[in-house]
Amino acid sequence: MNDGFRLHPEQASEIAASVDALYFFQVGVTVFFTVLIFVLIWTFALKYGRARKADRILPPHEFWATELIWAIVPFAIVMIMFGWSAVIFVRGSQTPPNAITIDVIGKQWMWRIYHPEGKREINTLHVPVGQPVRLRMISDDVIHSFYIPAFRAKMDVLPGRHTFMSFTATKPGEYHLFCAEYCGTQHSFMRGRIVVMEPGVFADWIRGSTDEPPEVAGKQLFEQFRCNNCHHNNPGARCPPLGGIYGTTVALQDGTTVTADESYLRESILNPAAHIVAGYKNEMPLYLGQLGEEDVLQLIAYIKTLPSPDATPRSEAENSKP
Amino acid sequence: MTTELLAPPERNYLSAGYTARSWLLTVDHKRIAILYMVSITLFFFVGGAAAVLFRLELMTPEGDLVISETYNKLFTLHGIVMIFLFLIPAVPAVLGNFLVPLMIGARDLAFPRINLLSWYLFMLGGALVMWSTFVGGVDTGWTFYTPYSSTYANTNVMLAALGAFVTGFSSILTGLNFIVTVHTMRAPGLRWFRLPLFIWAHYATSLIMILGTPVVAAAIFLVALERGLGIGIFDPKLGGDPLLFQHLFWFYSHPAVYIMVLPSMGVVSEIIACFSRKRIFGYRFVAMSSMAIAVIGFFVWGHHMFVSGQSVYAGLVFSFLSMLVAIPSAIKVFNWTATMHKGHVWLSTPMLYALGFIGLFTMGGLTGLFLATVAVDVHVHDTYFVVAHFHYIMVGGSVMGYLGGLHFWWPKITGRMYPEWWGRFSAVLVFFGFNLTFFPQFVVGYLGMPRRYHTYPEEFQIYNVMSTAGASILGVAYLIPLIYFIWSLKYGPRATANPWDARGLEWEAASPPITQNFETTPIVTTDAYPYAEDEQRTEETLLV
Ligand code: HEC
Ligand SMILES: [Cu+2]
Ligand SMILES: [Cu+2]
Repeated sequence: MNDGFRLHPEQASEIAASVDALYFFQVGVTVFFTVLIFVLIWTFALKYGRARKADRILPPHEFWATELIWAIVPFAIVMIMFGWSAVIFVRGSQTPPNAITIDVIGKQWMWRIYHPEGKREINTLHVPVGQPVRLRMISDDVIHSFYIPAFRAKMDVLPGRHTFMSFTATKPGEYHLFCAEYCGTQHSFMRGRIVVMEPGVFADWIRGSTDEPPEVAGKQLFEQFRCNNCHHNNPGARCPPLGGIYGTTVALQDGTTVTADESYLRESILNPAAHIVAGYKNEMPLYLGQLGEEDVLQLIAYIKTLPSPDATPRSEAENSKP
Repeated sequence: MTTELLAPPERNYLSAGYTARSWLLTVDHKRIAILYMVSITLFFFVGGAAAVLFRLELMTPEGDLVISETYNKLFTLHGIVMIFLFLIPAVPAVLGNFLVPLMIGARDLAFPRINLLSWYLFMLGGALVMWSTFVGGVDTGWTFYTPYSSTYANTNVMLAALGAFVTGFSSILTGLNFIVTVHTMRAPGLRWFRLPLFIWAHYATSLIMILGTPVVAAAIFLVALERGLGIGIFDPKLGGDPLLFQHLFWFYSHPAVYIMVLPSMGVVSEIIACFSRKRIFGYRFVAMSSMAIAVIGFFVWGHHMFVSGQSVYAGLVFSFLSMLVAIPSAIKVFNWTATMHKGHVWLSTPMLYALGFIGLFTMGGLTGLFLATVAVDVHVHDTYFVVAHFHYIMVGGSVMGYLGGLHFWWPKITGRMYPEWWGRFSAVLVFFGFNLTFFPQFVVGYLGMPRRYHTYPEEFQIYNVMSTAGASILGVAYLIPLIYFIWSLKYGPRATANPWDARGLEWEAASPPITQNFETTPIVTTDAYPYAEDEQRTEETLLV
């Protein structure tokens, strides 16, 4: 990582080079105007030094034309910066459809990473080169910020709400991972590594995982917290069936609809009163404060594995789980 | 000319009383300015001491001098003290207090007692912050981000926040006082566009103070509600929204940057005009650009939140609006520079500070554009790049302006001259020390070093060593004026009423001024800065 003097960090993501190009354009503008002002000040200071003879026939105190020029020129320059940056920013915040989603949970003072294949990591994130990656991030406590300088990418990790960050790594290697938002005593120790691997190597690495998939723990939690007391699929249940719910469109009591993605399921578990499913009552207990973000992640993983009620008779749904 | 030697008036505002009571219960704006000057100088060195300690710590990548908890408390103390107890009051409460009435030919501010109340509130706030430090300190950063500050931190957040809250009221009252004074107490003939730019700058600043400060006060109050009573406002675990705090906080704290720098811009305008012996080029544009900065400043707070999870559209809108601040800032810089053209330039100490201000503010402003540029900000947000940028504005800008102004008006305030050679020497030293401290931080910031880091990867060490070296020079450069200013009180040569041969009503008052400021209310017949070709006319009209 450390190879002598440099002006920018390694360029290891798709947008890194374009961010640097814009940055160096701005450095150019800065140097130009700083030098211009510097030179003007010193020329005037010397040429019009108070003891010096010089042509001092006074121009007017004010020129509309000059004022206009030094308003318009900066305006034009900043608009170039704005447009240029908008293009990069919008592109960087879009997620390619073939992106894989990796979950990240920030917690004072470590990063927990959950790969979709079930592999777990702490303070290290392995990603394959060339593969678009989307991070779905949430914090268990205070605000953190997931920062990878080599990717020119950063996103705050908030408690209570998912934030997302996308990138495509372009260069195998090891890079810094920093927490960039001050988060308490050990803030500066909340750092780790990003390991970018060739796709084949990555595939082997992830396949070699012996970690227990999150739905196993999820099933335990589902029973431990008595979710199955209500969410069994017996006819006449007072609760909506959860099998097959993931990805479907849910009609809510207030007449709106939502897509049942991770963020919705998370909110429905922790704070059920936020969205009441049409046809049901607000009877589900509040789990806010009882379940940590990791628990929720595991519960969702488990809910995703529940078969949809159309496919299997409801009463069997519960028992047919692995 | 107004330079003929006026012996110091027998009964001036300084000789009006020597007892502690005559100071602590004074309602003279000039004495209150001195009260502020002494207090903020103390706070400045407290904040500076904290900086010395953490700069020493940062010499090495490991945490070896202090533990993380202490480190975090040090940068928090530095931020809170420097911002709330030094930069915000520095120019307005010291120079503004002293000069606003003098410059507009008034006897005092509109509400002299409220002015004294402002100082007491300020001191109460300061005392709370100091108290919070003595009983263990605070570790939230000056930004008090929730839910860390409201739920998780187990340091003295309440005390420090209360301190910041109380000083807020002090600046609201000061702003109110200035606005009413400028509206109602201008000398006959002093029309709006004849006002010195110092007054325009303070007027714009006062607007921000009274419109913005209540919002941050509310934000801090809500933090206290959540922390003290467990009412869920910001912590999602209690049903709150952590980003709400950031919106409220930056709605004030971005404009607060202008509270810190606009008054210094006013100072610089006065100095440049005097030491170029010319009217400020584009006077009306410089005046209006202060107002434009104050107004636009209220619509750009979202540039602190580009990576906070706010929407892409909000990011673009705030990026666009933030870019616009560049225009009034550029207008100012170009007009100041143009003022020197065909002038009689005198590189005195105040002028060196003013020119330093222009250079460093130019760099601070231009690097601000990097941060307004969303795509770049995503990378540099919360890194040392930001730290460098705002120190260029707040130390390179505000503090240089304050020091320049202090030298410029020192003869007026104290009736004594400071030693010119030492003045120039320390001005140059400040400039070099400053650049050595903060320039490397741009580089290390772009390389990715996050701010508020107690320990850091080895490859960043060299830049931190440079910074620390620069900071030691800067520390010395700040001590020198402290010493010679105190020295000059007794040994400095007596100052005439107008040692710089400057224009402006304050120079018509004696040095130091009498308690009533003027023997008779001055009548204004010229525009501001009647230097050079207006010389003849000036003599006739200003010396009636
Ligand atoms: C007391 C019975 C009860 C318990 C226990 C319970 N729920 Fe619920 N749950 C409900 C009801 C009733 C609804 C529908 C009303 C609503 O949306 O709040 C619901 C809704 C949901 C939904 C939204 C379903 C949809 O169709 O959109 C999810 C997801 C969910 N619960 C998960 C859980 C999990 C996980 C647990 C265990 C941690 C749990 N529930 C425990 C009663 C319960
Ligand atoms: Cu963190
Ligand atoms: Cu800002």
